[in-house]
Formats: sequence, C-alpha cells, structure tokens
Amino acid sequence: MDAQTFNARVATPTTRLVGAMAIVSLAWVVIGGLFITPKDVDQGDAVRIMYVHVPTAWVAYLAFIVTAVASACWLLSRKHSMGFDRVAGASAEVGVVFMAMTLLSGSLWGRITWGTYWAWDPRLTTTSFLLVTYIGYLAVRGLGGSLEQRARRSAVIALLAVLEIPLVHFSVLMWRSLHQKASVLSGDGDIKMDGSMLTTLLVGVIGFTMTFAWLVLHRQRVLAMQDAMQMTQLDAALRERADESKGLK
Amino acid sequence: MDHLGFIAVVYGTTFAVIIALVVRTLSQGRDLASKVADKDKPWT
Repeated sequence: MDAQTFNARVATPTTRLVGAMAIVSLAWVVIGGLFITPKDVDQGDAVRIMYVHVPTAWVAYLAFIVTAVASACWLLSRKHSMGFDRVAGASAEVGVVFMAMTLLSGSLWGRITWGTYWAWDPRLTTTSFLLVTYIGYLAVRGLGGSLEQRARRSAVIALLAVLEIPLVHFSVLMWRSLHQKASVLSGDGDIKMDGSMLTTLLVGVIGFTMTFAWLVLHRQRVLAMQDAMQMTQLDAALRERADESKGLK
Repeated sequence: MDHLGFIAVVYGTTFAVIIALVVRTLSQGRDLASKVADKDKPWT
C-alpha cells in the first residue's frame, strides 16, 4: 500500500495568477477612485463610493447566479458530482459577504446624497431581502445529514432564490425609487460618464470579479477537504462500531 | 476631499473584509491540507 502524503499547498499557478490580477486591479481602483478620477458635477467626491459599491453589487449578483447554475448542474448531472455542490456553497458564501458590503457602502452613500442611512425603498428592501434569503441558504447547508441530502435541499433553495435577482435589478423601474437607475447598462448605449471614471469603474468590476474567482476556487477546495475529513471520520466510526460488534460475538 | 470620513469607511471596510476573507480562507486551507491526504486533493 502506498504511503499517504500530506501536501499543505492549496494554491495552484492558476489561482496565483488570478490573485495577482485581482491585486493589481484593486490597487488601480484605490488609486484611480480616490486620487485620479474627477469629482461628479452633482455628487462631488461622494461619487468615489461608486467604484466600490457597483462592483461589489455586481459580484454579489454573479455569485448567486453561479450558485444557481452549479446547483442546476448538480441536480441535472447523472453522477451528482459533489464538486458542483461545493462550488454552489462557496459562491453563496462569498456572495453574502459582498452583498453585505454593498448594503453598507450604499447606506453610507445614501447618508451623503439622500440624507439618511436607510429608507424602505424598493431597491434597498429587495436587496436586504435577497441577503436574508442567502443567509438562510447557508443556514440550510449547515443542517445535518449526508452530503447528498445537503446538496439536494440547498440546490432547490438556490434555484428558487435566484429568481429574486431580476426583482432586485428591475425594482428601480417597476416602482418609484430613490435609487438611481442603471447608468452603464441602461440599454440605450449612451454612457454619460467621464472616460477615467468609466475606466476605473470597469477595472473595479474586473478586479472584484477576479477576487470573487480566487475566493471561490480556494473556498471550494476548503469545502472539499472538510467533506473528505467528514467522510474519513465517518468511515473510522463505522469501522470502530464494526470491530466492537465483532468483539461482542 | 468632501465626505472624506464616509469614503474612507467604505474603502477601509471593503478592503479590510476582503483581506480578512482571504487570510481566513488561506489559513483554513493550509490547516486542512496538512490533515487531508493528497488523494483527496485533486489540485495537488
């Protein structure tokens, strides 16, 4: 029998490359967002919050969509590969953190522009509802049972929860809202934004997306190792029980 | 810069949370990787 080896390395060349690209992009966001881009005509320096707020919101949406796609893949695949379930779980964890950061930055931005930290506005209300839904999703993942039970029940919830995203995104169009409508993805192709502001915003979206990719890649490896340890401990407990029953005979 | 306090809190909190998440993920990964056999780590 081969001796087991225990390599403590979790990173790979791919994750290192993704991580390096994320660091460079995020450094650009900080320098560009705080020092290079001009003030907004209406909002003044408060617009600098946009370079963080918009990318974190984008990543939260992306994370929840990835969770839904991975969950659908788990449900539809014949082998029910647990890799899909772990990607779904890892993506939801990262999405919840980014959604909370979006609400925090939005709240502070709202205090400057609207004069209040919070209003029961359609966008804010639906976003907070989305956050609570995915906290619930993570709570369900933490319930007991086999890995397959975890994957099945969380996949069903993920496929239902993702339906909230269009509601959040289009809430500013469907109801009267304090929150401004989409500036870049407005659909008419007319982007009313200074070049350096738009560039910094797009670099921010790329940088935060790279950060998300790095976190999900690493986090799903952590989940894979936690699952492996759980299975090893379960096997050991079953062997011990079998040995005990042999001893009784 | 106007509203410097608000802007500093937004940038500071966001990047502090990301760094904390990265550090936690790496330390958890290294800790588990030293206990889990390589056969259960397809990336190694």
